[in-house]
Amino acid sequence: MKSVSEIKLAAKLENLQKLLQSVTECARKEGVGNNKLPAVELAVEEAFVNICKYAYQSEDGDIELKCMLKDSRFIIEITDWGMPFDITSLPDPDVAQDISERKIGGLGVFFIKKMADGIRYRREGGRNILNISFSCG
Amino acid sequence: MEINTRKKDNVFVVSLKGKLDAVTAPEFDKKLEGLLSEGENNLIINLGELEYISSAGLRSILAFAKQLKANGGRMVLAELRGPVKEVFEISGFYSIFQILESEAAALNQMK
Repeated sequence: MKSVSEIKLAAKLENLQKLLQSVTECARKEGVGNNKLPAVELAVEEAFVNICKYAYQSEDGDIELKCMLKDSRFIIEITDWGMPFDITSLPDPDVAQDISERKIGGLGVFFIKKMADGIRYRREGGRNILNISFSCG
Repeated sequence: MEINTRKKDNVFVVSLKGKLDAVTAPEFDKKLEGLLSEGENNLIINLGELEYISSAGLRSILAFAKQLKANGGRMVLAELRGPVKEVFEISGFYSIFQILESEAAALNQMK
């Protein structure tokens, strides 16, 4: 699988815009429709924010993001070198609760699952590797 | 993100423009806390010019709504559209808040 764009940055919230800009540019270039871009952006933000907040437990660390196109699917691969964390194993929040029962937080991972057409996680050589894919057709 | 506020009768209208994400949400939190401490209890949040919201933005709105409820206040959201509306629907937030099509309808509701 050939990667068409690659970016590596410190896992800090202040880098969010830079990361999103790079992903959006790549998505556009690869022909991802404008109607799909907000979903791509949301999934990437949620994955990035999770890594910034939890992966390195207040230590410094990096995140690497690769974009690629395969069989008319736009695939984003996000790697970190932090604690093992399989987001695909998390249960979904109860979205039917009312305002007082509803917990603050817990929606980020749910949004990644909802926005993407597919997600896959693997732990490999001390890295968390998350594949988020979008069909572009 | 731009936050504009104005008061119409006894209702405070907060309009958001741009992106409410993990970077801009703390600024919005600060604004809302300020309004709470000034005793503003009737609020309309106009999202008509908001292009994008993530879970961080929803978290801010939910946290504020909980505090407002505890203070006996009211909040109505207005003019949700596009991806913002979609995020509210997916998260179930669309049914936990009072949401109206226009600011005028929201003002009417608050009377």
